[in-house]
Amino acid sequence: MDFEKYLRMDKLPHIWCPGCGHGTILNSFIRAFAESDFDQDKTVVISGIGCSGRATGYLNFDTLHTTHGRAIAFATGVKMANPELNVIVMTGDGDGSAIGGNHLIHAARRNIDLTVILFNNQIYGMTGGQFSPMTPTGDLASTAPYGNIDQNFNLAELVAGAGGTFIARGATFDPRQLKKLYLAALKHKGFSFVESLSQCPVSYGRQNKAGDAVEMLKKQEEDTINFKKWQQLSTEEKKLKYPLGILKELDNPESEYTVRYQKIIEQVNNEGAL
Amino acid sequence: MMKTKIFRPEKRAVLIQGDQAVVEGALAAGVEFFAGYPITPASEIAEGFARELPKIGGKFLQMEDEIAGMAAVVGASLAGKKAITATSGPGFALKQENLGFATMVEAPVVVVNVQRVGPSTGLPTSPSQGDVMQARWGRNGDQEIIALAPASVTESYELTIKAVNLSEKFRQPVVLMLDEVIGHLREKIYLSTSDEIEIIDRKRPAADQDPDQYLPYQLTDDLIPPMADYGSGLKYHTSGLFHDQSGFPDGKNETAKLMQDRLHNKLHNNLDQIILYQKDIRKDDRVAVLSYGSAARTAISAVNTGRKDNLKAGWFKLQTIWPFAEKEVAELAAQVETIIVPELNQGQLIREVKRAAAGQAKVLGINSYAGELIKPEEIRALLEEVL
Repeated sequence: MDFEKYLRMDKLPHIWCPGCGHGTILNSFIRAFAESDFDQDKTVVISGIGCSGRATGYLNFDTLHTTHGRAIAFATGVKMANPELNVIVMTGDGDGSAIGGNHLIHAARRNIDLTVILFNNQIYGMTGGQFSPMTPTGDLASTAPYGNIDQNFNLAELVAGAGGTFIARGATFDPRQLKKLYLAALKHKGFSFVESLSQCPVSYGRQNKAGDAVEMLKKQEEDTINFKKWQQLSTEEKKLKYPLGILKELDNPESEYTVRYQKIIEQVNNEGAL
Repeated sequence: MMKTKIFRPEKRAVLIQGDQAVVEGALAAGVEFFAGYPITPASEIAEGFARELPKIGGKFLQMEDEIAGMAAVVGASLAGKKAITATSGPGFALKQENLGFATMVEAPVVVVNVQRVGPSTGLPTSPSQGDVMQARWGRNGDQEIIALAPASVTESYELTIKAVNLSEKFRQPVVLMLDEVIGHLREKIYLSTSDEIEIIDRKRPAADQDPDQYLPYQLTDDLIPPMADYGSGLKYHTSGLFHDQSGFPDGKNETAKLMQDRLHNKLHNNLDQIILYQKDIRKDDRVAVLSYGSAARTAISAVNTGRKDNLKAGWFKLQTIWPFAEKEVAELAAQVETIIVPELNQGQLIREVKRAAAGQAKVLGINSYAGELIKPEEIRALLEEVL
């Protein structure tokens, strides 16, 4: 399969640090997109600010590199303006769950047909290793030199609770599963969210003595478990593992936001307005 | 998929508020998209679009906050729609970052600010012109902005059409600065038919544009690059980083300089199309009252009654407040002895008037900044004092 057509080859190599997991996410996304029946010319990829934000520059689509945290809000405008476009958002844990957290939950609540891929490396990498809402309690960060006292989000549960209709979690140690999750998310009609665990050996790993990329990937594998197996664990055991796979899937295309708005347009035009 | 209907208003007289006139003007100019957040005294604009847009197949979005409202209209603009948002001072503050982004990526959008008294929550239901400098300098970095200020319901209609046209023509966000009095005032106005209205659409690349050759930020003679709708197959990159003609950042200082200059010059080479004003200055007038927005109503009233008593005074009403009418005000200053600048703030645009007048005329302010309009008698008293 020709994957290069989905990349802006002249913009490579990318700027991500050696050992960073973001390239694995990009790779898995391209493979998923190639298997989808989406038209490359009718697809817009939108990102915010941070390491994840740079992904759009490498992708050969209409791409929009927005302000910090606002990718989903821009994407909502693009999708509503032209619902025929496939709109994909690439965001990070800081971009998507801190400064952009409000847009994340409200887009989920509307169930607007966006595919949100959140690169979760548990740190602000671009700015040099400050703690994010996804940095585990007790970990070290440049702004938590004595240990992070914040509690981190369970993002998948947050977005599911907000009304997102497709919620999944994957990890860079298993790119084949990531690809499958992205493909399912792309196909889903409604708000889809794939939390993608990624490793940051430079800004997170060094401060927390987590080792190199290989060691961090091994730790990722230890800390995660297939969702079906996770469901069979005891309440106490569940707290120790992150489930991977499709965590929620509600197939109801009629509840999608642009579909519902189109019904309003038809209703107003058929029945007469106020 | 329903085809979008073209809005064809009938020529008719209506008794409406300034806020509603903004909705009518925007629809007449081809706006098909609104996103915003409720705020006094601008909520009637959102309500109007919520009611009207579905009728023409357009889209209305009530977003989760002001920031998202601004982001969504920029997204819609890039997807090819004429898009507008509306707010008041506190919301305008929240929109600033994405307004700067719109300037940087050259997305045509209109931002309406129905001003109320600030700072902070201030006096939500009282008029103010306190956001004049916020409109000019509210964002990080040097940048140009176009800001128009209607002084009546008719002007709210006409200048909304103008704002949409200017945004499309120059690929430039335009701010429309009403105030609470203009927003809520009801006046009889005439809505035009669509064939009476000049409508400008953004320049787009040719239908047979080769995607491999497309430069989304091409350096053209008019300094305004043709803009492709997302989804038209040209697959281009849009970024708030300084970018070269290809749309990609290269981190070079020369690229940033070139772009800064182009963004400035695309407006400053065309000030005659952007700077709008009205005036009534007679040859022997010794004083001019220069104003904008609701303060202009008082100013014109004071001048007209003063003239009945043979006061040598005229009026000058700015409809475009940014870019500032520097040349016109310099000419005015050469013509009269005194310029009086009534404003509903502690003296914001008067700084520009003084700068442009450059000592050629005495410049005096009359200021009301706690929610009350300036009374014609106050201007009359100062006219008599200086004449």
